[in-house]
Amino acid sequence: MSSHNAVRPAWMERPRPLTKAAKGVAVAVVLALVLIPFLVIVSTSLASNREVVANGGWVLWPTEPTLRAYRTVLSGGIVTEALGVSVVLTAAGTLFSLACTTFLAYALARPGVFGGKPVLLLILFTFLFPPGMIPAFLLVKGMGMMDTYAALVAPVLINVFNLIVLRGFFQGIPEELYEAARLDGANDWQILWRVVLPLSKAALAVVSLFYAVSYWNAWFHASIYLESDHWPLSQVLRTYVIGGSQIADTGLSEAGQVSAPQTTQMAVLVIATVPILLVYPFLQKYFTKGVLTGAIKS
Amino acid sequence: MSAVTKDRAEIEAVTPSTEPTEGANARKSGRGEKWKRFQRTRLLVLLMVPGLAYFLVFHYGAFIANAVAFKEYVPFDGLWASPWVGTENFSRMFGDPDFWHATWNTLFIAVLQLVFFFPAPLALALLLHSLTSDLLRRFTQSVIYLPHFLSWVVVVALFQQVLGDTGLLNATLSDAGLHTVDIIGNPDAYKPLVVLEVIWKDAGWGTIIFLAALMQVNEQLYEAAAIDGAGPWRRFWHVTLPSIRPIVILLLIMRLGDILSVGFEQMLLQRQSVGPEAGEVLDTFVFWQGIVGGDTGYAAAAGLFKGVVGAALVFTANRIAHRLGEQGVYK
Repeated sequence: MSSHNAVRPAWMERPRPLTKAAKGVAVAVVLALVLIPFLVIVSTSLASNREVVANGGWVLWPTEPTLRAYRTVLSGGIVTEALGVSVVLTAAGTLFSLACTTFLAYALARPGVFGGKPVLLLILFTFLFPPGMIPAFLLVKGMGMMDTYAALVAPVLINVFNLIVLRGFFQGIPEELYEAARLDGANDWQILWRVVLPLSKAALAVVSLFYAVSYWNAWFHASIYLESDHWPLSQVLRTYVIGGSQIADTGLSEAGQVSAPQTTQMAVLVIATVPILLVYPFLQKYFTKGVLTGAIKS
Repeated sequence: MSAVTKDRAEIEAVTPSTEPTEGANARKSGRGEKWKRFQRTRLLVLLMVPGLAYFLVFHYGAFIANAVAFKEYVPFDGLWASPWVGTENFSRMFGDPDFWHATWNTLFIAVLQLVFFFPAPLALALLLHSLTSDLLRRFTQSVIYLPHFLSWVVVVALFQQVLGDTGLLNATLSDAGLHTVDIIGNPDAYKPLVVLEVIWKDAGWGTIIFLAALMQVNEQLYEAAAIDGAGPWRRFWHVTLPSIRPIVILLLIMRLGDILSVGFEQMLLQRQSVGPEAGEVLDTFVFWQGIVGGDTGYAAAAGLFKGVVGAALVFTANRIAHRLGEQGVYK
């Protein structure tokens, strides 16, 4: 796959300069459309008050960069707390989801499991009829999970797509390895830990990153299930950046209001985005390995 | 992949199992056989329990809780003790102009998405595929996949920042002495705006599946066509397009089956900025009626209506796929 298109095959005519130029412009435009908004956000968060105010609320390139907005936001107010909530929630949620998904996918990938086929059908059927918002809400309420972090994890514990990706990957492991382990006296639990998981690192990485990203980004459940002093970062972001609530009078920072609202808003935005940017290269590494496309096809 | 599974089933069938008597009288003692199977795989069954419990409670439990659509929900009494009202919620819904407004907005946005968002990843994938520089292609891929991983909160904030009254676009326009454009908070611009947002966020990510399909086109077909004198355009028309047709049809059908969902979080985040007239879709209607307004039974009825229509659409779309000789989503 990597050698594909690396050199122009013999039968292909040399591209005309006009075609080449048109393609180059198209790629440049696409890249600019994606990247410029990021540039605006980061630059504004780093700009000085004076510059932001003078320019009407944004800056394309800060002439006198300062970390003041970040210091304001991270000095122990709402955003700092929410950041902690988000980190813990994402870590715990990903762990639970990954464990339950792996166990279920492994059991469903083994042939001849008692109840395997009906369970698989039961799960695939949920694709056709996803749970409604109101029934799910009543369920969470009825189970006494209001204002608990369990309400943000339990209702989205297993993603069917991730389950199918993992199951497909486990099925691709040669049967001989299972047989050999069994001959060595390993039971199914030991086979999972000693044979299957070590061979599935790529798939596990992709699935756990998918879960982590979705827990990190989720805000809707937090907005309906949690009291505001327990909010994760995404919901704080929603309220203060999109909702337009005045940051100054909400105790965003104990240090008081020292920055133009836009710089702090953009700083929160950057803080919410940085973890995604950090995991992104790892995720990127696996896209090309066909983990996903293979699963999509099945 | 199915071939592999089949092989494995065969291996399983021929391999002498740990239970020596198994198989001989399998038909006769069906129950005993099942018990043995349970015994043999009990660890795996145990591993299924948490996941199965999740699906039973949060999917099938929610399915049952849909009963509230036929009730007058009284929070104090809870779901089961609330009085039944038959189909009253539904008849009220069908007479509610707000409901029809939400349906209309949903369909309008869905059609816009189908026309502008659906082909975007395909076009991008074709552009990427035609790049001869590996490095440039990889770099572009890395950049355009990125927005998919941002939360809708971030995306909406980005758009406000760039397209708002005093944002990048309008400042640039006024610097150039041109008219500024009123996009954010303008009900007339709302529908194109949300489609633009979804293109920005997910068109890049959508290229993955098309690129995979393009990679699988047999190189020899291109070569043969080229030797026969077909130029780039004719090769594109007669080789590329027919080769990726199945995947395009599959994705189109999946989208048609899901046409009543136009992005709940995205819509909810921006509904306020333009008001319900322009911004309400079915999902946000359910949210505002039920969770904000407390009209639980009524909202559940609207949600159930959407769910049933959605399931019927998936089913129909799949039938059409089979009729067209395509694989469809399920068999």
